[in-house]
Amino acid sequence: MIEWLGVPVAGAAHAGDVDQVMALVHWLMLVLLVGWGVFFVYALVRFRRTAHPVASYDGLRGRWSAWLEGGVLLAEVVLLAFFSIPVWSARVDAFPSERESVVVRVVAEQFAWNVHYPGSDGRFGRTDLVLVGPANPLGLDRTDPAAQDDVTTINQLHLPVNRPAIVYLSSKDMVHSFTLPQMRIKQDAIPGLIQPVWFTPTEPGEWEIACSQLCGLAHYRMRGFYTIHTQDEYEAWLVEEAAAQAGP
Amino acid sequence: MFLKYLASTDHKVIGLLYGFTSLLFLLVGFVLVLVIRWQLAYPGDPVPLIGGWLGEANAPGGIVLPEFYNQLGAMHGTIMVFLGVVPLAVGAFGNYLVPLQIGAPDMAFPRLNLASYWCYVAGGAVMLASFFVPGGAANNGWTSYAPLSDLAPGAGQTMWLAGMLFIICSSLLGALNVITTIVQLRAPGMTWFRLPFFVWAQFITAFLLLLAFPALQAAAILQGMDRLAGTSFFLPSGLAVSGQRLEVAGGGNALLWQHLFWFLGHPEVYVLILPAMGIVAEVVANNTRKPLWGYRVMVYSLFVLGVLSFVVWAHHMFLTGMGTAVSAFFQTTTMIISIPSVVILSSLMLSLHGGSIRFTTPMLFALAFLPMFGIGGLTGLPLGLATTDIALHDTNYVVGHFHYLVAPGTIFALFAGIYHWFPRVTGRMLNDWLGRIHFAGSLVCMNVIFLPMFVQGLAGVNRRLWDGGAEYVHAQEVLYLNVPMSMAAFALAVFQLFFIANLFLSLRGGPAAEPNPWRATTLEWRTGGEPVRVYRDPYAYSVPGAPSDFVPQYQAEPQRAGA
Amino acid sequence: MQALPYTTEVRPDTGLTNPKLGIWLFLASEVMLFGSFFSSYALLRSGAQAWPDQSAVLSVPLGTLNTVILITSSATMVLSLSAIRARHLDRFRRYLRLTLLGGVAFLAVKTFEYGDKFSHGLAPGDDNFLGLYFTLTGVHALHVLVGLAVNAYLLWPGSRMWRTEPERFANRVEVAGIYWHFVDVVWIVLFPVLYVL
Ligand code: HEA
Ligand code: HEA
Ligand code: CUA
Ligand SMILES: [Cu+2]
Repeated sequence: MIEWLGVPVAGAAHAGDVDQVMALVHWLMLVLLVGWGVFFVYALVRFRRTAHPVASYDGLRGRWSAWLEGGVLLAEVVLLAFFSIPVWSARVDAFPSERESVVVRVVAEQFAWNVHYPGSDGRFGRTDLVLVGPANPLGLDRTDPAAQDDVTTINQLHLPVNRPAIVYLSSKDMVHSFTLPQMRIKQDAIPGLIQPVWFTPTEPGEWEIACSQLCGLAHYRMRGFYTIHTQDEYEAWLVEEAAAQAGP
Repeated sequence: MFLKYLASTDHKVIGLLYGFTSLLFLLVGFVLVLVIRWQLAYPGDPVPLIGGWLGEANAPGGIVLPEFYNQLGAMHGTIMVFLGVVPLAVGAFGNYLVPLQIGAPDMAFPRLNLASYWCYVAGGAVMLASFFVPGGAANNGWTSYAPLSDLAPGAGQTMWLAGMLFIICSSLLGALNVITTIVQLRAPGMTWFRLPFFVWAQFITAFLLLLAFPALQAAAILQGMDRLAGTSFFLPSGLAVSGQRLEVAGGGNALLWQHLFWFLGHPEVYVLILPAMGIVAEVVANNTRKPLWGYRVMVYSLFVLGVLSFVVWAHHMFLTGMGTAVSAFFQTTTMIISIPSVVILSSLMLSLHGGSIRFTTPMLFALAFLPMFGIGGLTGLPLGLATTDIALHDTNYVVGHFHYLVAPGTIFALFAGIYHWFPRVTGRMLNDWLGRIHFAGSLVCMNVIFLPMFVQGLAGVNRRLWDGGAEYVHAQEVLYLNVPMSMAAFALAVFQLFFIANLFLSLRGGPAAEPNPWRATTLEWRTGGEPVRVYRDPYAYSVPGAPSDFVPQYQAEPQRAGA
Repeated sequence: MQALPYTTEVRPDTGLTNPKLGIWLFLASEVMLFGSFFSSYALLRSGAQAWPDQSAVLSVPLGTLNTVILITSSATMVLSLSAIRARHLDRFRRYLRLTLLGGVAFLAVKTFEYGDKFSHGLAPGDDNFLGLYFTLTGVHALHVLVGLAVNAYLLWPGSRMWRTEPERFANRVEVAGIYWHFVDVVWIVLFPVLYVL
């Protein structure tokens, strides 16, 4: 089913679970649609005026419509209780520990994704609205000791494969929606809130970050890029960026 | 003479005014979406034919600017929902038919009825006028999410809010009128369970309008304060827009808007579908020549739908950061609310069984409604499961989902209603062949437009994109679909010409209709002025032993049934 | 065309006249309106980092005064209804005038309060509490104004109906009264929420 639906490649550990629900619910839909479709066509042909000139006052007898409706309800309950709710719960409750994960901040703005790595000390430097400017979209206070080794990028998210990633998502202006189609990740970035999202990439590759929430005239091109590296490549990248940004 | 009609308090005249005005708005909404469809198929190419009329500020050289694209989207949604479908389904059909079907002399408050119409016109006028102010119309989606809408420059968004307040007033007046009429003015003998299903649908719809709309009223007032009086109800602290720190008090909540909007928004979608179901039920019963299957259960389902529609709103907000408990609650209510829809749809389908089906033009539209609603409703299920909504939220899958419900769903039902009751209103029949061409063309085109949206959505293509997703690599494989989709939209427009021509030609030249051309049982087809009395259930078709295959509700003795 | 039934007389099986059902439905939607406002208040306040001491910003004595005024005017509204039901036009007029006076006094106090806030440089945009205060009391004041207009109509031009259709006129007074009590009740909730809590 899932190949059939044409969803993007699944590149994260939980993507299979999402896809499984997707496949199951589409099976349910297909069964209902085809079942009813057959009945519909049959009824139209069998009971057309010329074939059935006198209608039956009582119509169909029996309680099987109640069985059918009960069946739909049952299927939905199963989907909910055994699939959707557990998968969701794993997304929002079962966060991995920060120590074994890669932790980044992503701050959305019209129309870019600002990415902030804590650097080798594992601590994010202080940020302040007052410092926000064209050269410093995050408002990072480079005088803060914790900020010395921080790495920031615009529209570039790099993560290692097979290690949990935790993204702290926020927005500077409008509601945006942080979307990694291949990771089966989507989360609204809402100004005033910081929302954690986590996933474990399992496929190396280079893809795009999409914005899924209308956020202004250039919403359509609020596109970023993300790269899933091997652990070594990732570390090399981080070192290189840190060196470049430690700068003058 | 003409003015007399504009100030008439007769429910039939007001219904017609509503009908005509809302059809015009549907046309406007359609034209807007044709420009959208052009832009999606050929991003950045000048719009042919009407490109020059769009205005240099919006579309220099006929090329739609992204700002203008967003105006088109927001106003298409707003106009279709609030100025097109609701006024046509409730204002026109409700006004015209409810009093007739329950045997009332008029609506309970004729003057409020007229006031409601003029509030609607005022709201529509404000909305249309907003296209011509500097900066143009609202361009923040029909959902007007804050802070985008809060901070939007220009007068467009403020006019949107003002227009909505007028429309809400209109709906509130209309709704309390419908409810009072149904409760108070039923003719003798018209007990609750002798009401045609259409009347029940209008009844529940009116409650939704009455109780859900005030949330948007409050939201619009709060947003108006944010925009005009400098408050920050929807603006949290610490915003920086375009690299500039925003000088407001802050402390607001951006999600508050979404809660208020969807508290209206979800009941609103049932406002769009329930009257449509009502029309379909009438047409199906009439053309199968048998009673509706499970009439009472259908009515109970309406009640369940009505009540539950107030507790599912946050299924539009799964991805705003919801914990397990809250998301489980809204997923569960969403799944439960699908059951009454399933019941109603199943009942309508089972009603076909054992019928003697006449394929009249209204029946064709009503029949097509069933699978179209089926597709739209079924695709609501993966959206209602939070897990799959991760992948599908705000993609074209959502756009496909609701268009199947509102376009080949509600719009088809409304067409069915127009073809069905046109003889009652004008005394003339519509041309059957023009009607059938209109039907076949519309059915094919609608599916070609909306079916590929599921494919695009599953592939991850987002909605509300000026270039239809051309920017994104993952969209490339399904991008080509935009061209046939748009072609179908233009063809759909051509097929509507058959409908418009049919309306105007038949108004003058159509064959004269008999008083009860469809041989229907409900009261609106009654002739003669003697006081109404109701003797039986609404769908006494093919009663065993009766001399004719229908016994009208107003007929005392089945034996005497003739005609 | 037939005349509309149940505009004045009660429909036996529902026990209602049309206007009475109409006003109750209207109030149901008003409950949702103010309910939305109060929910917004609750959400904004619970999410706020700091919230001013409301009773220090607003004048509780003036608010109390206004509460008393409105409750009194509700009482006189009841009295005017029973007067008209008893067919005493003069007494009805006297009480309705008092009701009207109460409404005007309420608005006068409100205007004074607003003016006082503005003169101290307090504006809706200062913080969400003041924003909500102005918005909610503003919407409420608008409702008072509508009530005043309706009552003034019944007192002067509308009372002509009393001579021709006394029953129907009394029903109108009743409906106006129901609305007026509702406006009063909203204030009774608004007052503690905004001034005291
Ligand atoms: C008429 C309007 C209408 C109706 C009736 C519905 C009905 C339903 N809707 Fe939909 N919805 C919208 C209009 C509507 N919706 C709109 C406008 C939006 C988008 C708003 C926006 O963001 O702009 C939306 C968005 C929307 C979302 C949010 C998606 C997102 O943004 O991520 C969700 C999520 O739960 C949802 C769910 C549902 C469900 C579960 C139903 C259920 O009630 C459906 C129940 C019906 C069935 C289950 C069908 C039964 C079918 C059969 C039994 C088979 C029949 C087969 C044949 C006849 C062949 N809808
Ligand atoms: C009731 C609601 C309704 C209806 C009927 C429609 C009808 C249609 N819609 Fe729309 N649409 C919305 C509600 C509706 N839509 C909403 C809410 C949105 C989201 C907006 C947002 O993003 O904020 C949307 C968005 C939307 C988009 C996505 C835009 C984007 O994401 O950027 C598209 C794209 O193709 C689209 C297409 C269409 C088409 C082709 C039709 C066709 O089906 C149109 C068919 C029209 C008719 C058949 C009209 C018939 C009337 C006549 C012929 C008049 C006769 C006149 C006289 C006699 C005087 N719509
Ligand atoms: Cu950011 Cu859309
Ligand atoms: Cu919904």
